[in-house]
Amino acid sequence: MTSSGADTNFSNEQMLGFYRDMLRIRRVEEQLGKDSLAGNLPGAVHLYIGQEAVGVGICSQLRDDDWIASNHRGHGHFLAKGGDTRLLVAEVYGRRTGICRGHGGSMHVADFSKGIIGANGIVGAGISITTGAAWAAQLDGNGAVGVAFFGDGAANQGVLCEALNVSTLWKLPVIFVCENNGFSEFSPYSTVTSGSIADRAKPYGAAHETIDGNDLIEVWQCAARAIKRARDGEGPTLIEARTYRHSGHVVGEHTFLSGTYRSEEEVEQKKAGDPIPAFAKRILEAGQASQADLDRIDAEITAEVAEAVAFAEESPYPDPADQGAGYMFA
Amino acid sequence: MAKKRMIQAINETLDSEMAKDPKIVLFGEDVEISLFGDTVGLKDRHGAHRVRNMPISETVMSGMAVGAAAAGYKVVCHMMFGNFMYTGFDSIANQASKLRYMTAGQISLPIVYMSVFGGGRSAAAQHSDAMHPMFMNLGGIKVALPATPADAAGLLRASIHDPNPVVFLQAAGRGGESGDVPDGEVIFELGKASTVHDGDDITMVAIGAMVRPALRAAKQLAEDGIGVDLIDPRTMVPLDTDAILSSVRRTGRLVVVDEARDLCSAASHVAAVCADQCFEALKAPIKRVTVPDVAIPYSPPLEKALLPNEGSISATVRDLLKKPAGAEA
Ligand SMILES: Cc1ncc(C[n+]2csc(CCOP(=O)(O)OP(=O)(O)O)c2C)c(N)n1
Repeated sequence: MTSSGADTNFSNEQMLGFYRDMLRIRRVEEQLGKDSLAGNLPGAVHLYIGQEAVGVGICSQLRDDDWIASNHRGHGHFLAKGGDTRLLVAEVYGRRTGICRGHGGSMHVADFSKGIIGANGIVGAGISITTGAAWAAQLDGNGAVGVAFFGDGAANQGVLCEALNVSTLWKLPVIFVCENNGFSEFSPYSTVTSGSIADRAKPYGAAHETIDGNDLIEVWQCAARAIKRARDGEGPTLIEARTYRHSGHVVGEHTFLSGTYRSEEEVEQKKAGDPIPAFAKRILEAGQASQADLDRIDAEITAEVAEAVAFAEESPYPDPADQGAGYMFA
Repeated sequence: MAKKRMIQAINETLDSEMAKDPKIVLFGEDVEISLFGDTVGLKDRHGAHRVRNMPISETVMSGMAVGAAAAGYKVVCHMMFGNFMYTGFDSIANQASKLRYMTAGQISLPIVYMSVFGGGRSAAAQHSDAMHPMFMNLGGIKVALPATPADAAGLLRASIHDPNPVVFLQAAGRGGESGDVPDGEVIFELGKASTVHDGDDITMVAIGAMVRPALRAAKQLAEDGIGVDLIDPRTMVPLDTDAILSSVRRTGRLVVVDEARDLCSAASHVAAVCADQCFEALKAPIKRVTVPDVAIPYSPPLEKALLPNEGSISATVRDLLKKPAGAEA
């Protein structure tokens, strides 16, 4: 069910917007990866590098009142849905100025004012939460949708079946986006997953598509169909976006893993499918911008990231006196 | 004041709250026809979109409650039997109880997870647990355990109004019990204990379904001149420690009656708080009347032998009064 980008015409501005949004995620993740390896970040960091086209292709079409929930690899979704770079970086740095004032960290970045229910440390947890948010949206009748981002590993949680069943039955405006990046932590897909993930929607009668998750336009078009379906009251869609996790499962894994679970050759070969250079090429070939335009965007993003890091570094750590009961109960 | 069954008190409270606040939704397995009767008729009165039968999918159900609450609804999630909350535990323990804290207070989650709980009905081990201590230990969940129809109405109303997740546990089989319920919209603040029986010789704290046998024991002991100050905390989170401590400071003795298994029971927590905060007032060791650390059996004589009852409660009190602190030293 794939289609080329030929039938969708995006303005030069839109194309550069997509490019900028993907590049922002890439540069933030590169920075946080470096910071983590250098020991500057207190907790574990899971990078979204290589999967940017999925988050951006979908979130670029969402409104602030649409809901997303994501997973442990959640920085990209946060940024793609309009989360603030500085507040993200400061949170991962564990600072008081972070989006969760240092209480959540990398795996829990959330901004409810932007419909970002947040990253999640429990694999698969966002699936049920998004289903509930979509129920709320259905009750509100305002056309909002819920999007759950999760990995191929999470697709093996039983909750996906439960959610497909009830959301199809209730025609909930929800989109399940499985980013199949080839790995469930350190286990290659084929060693822990049977069949195709998109096919899991079939017995429930739910719409489902398998797409090239490295092709932003293809992601965008598929998401547009799913969002329309959801807003029109036609129920859920399960999207399996095939992509690849360039980085390890967690930054620094080579320091504690006793063996390897993928070859250098495989990684190099898969990196050739990097969504960002491919998108740049597409823009240039279509004459929608010049290399100078792309370089300018890169410079701007690089400055934005540097500014976010400076902001985080200058920010104080939270005062232990600020935590506790105030946040436990309203 | 009118006599009502507990199930009726719960049903009427749900009904009146749903009528007032269109943001309240209720869902769970068979809530339309209602296994226990507590949600019966609600769908007809409040609409199929607000009262929904769920598939048997506790994992997604408890998480949907979180999502719908985050998106602005007041959610009553009926989990049927408390043991099924284990099946849906992830979203209660990892999401509902933590999302507000992890996001530095960005949201509140007004959810009532309700179910029946406890033994006494030959429902056997997988339908009879008293799991309130587990919820107490989560941190971000309030825990309400009504002992009477009036408390059920007052605590449920407060739980629905509360902006936080509340686990509301009705004693299994107590739905049929009747008691006086004040007229109008009765509401009891979560975290306020009630004194069920007055006395000066010993403080007894009884939790949930244990209030009734404790009260019978207190009345019987009163006939023998033993004054029991019987306190029903009504909620274990928040816990009205002031009410308990001030009673223990007066009586110098404490027995805690809890239907949980002894290991890490709610009774253990009450005992710990008193040992910690009013040790100097104690004239005797603190005693817990709990369930032994075994699964709840099916056959009536087996089950009966395990659950605290009037006899085991009063025996504990009598035993304690015979042995004042230091008597054996
Ligand atoms: C319930 C649960 N089980 C296990 C883990 C440990 N864990 C964290 S990430 C992960 C792999 C998830 O793989 P996938 O869903 O494919 O996401 P990806 O890491 O590939 O983005 C595992 C097993 C967890 N966090 N939560």
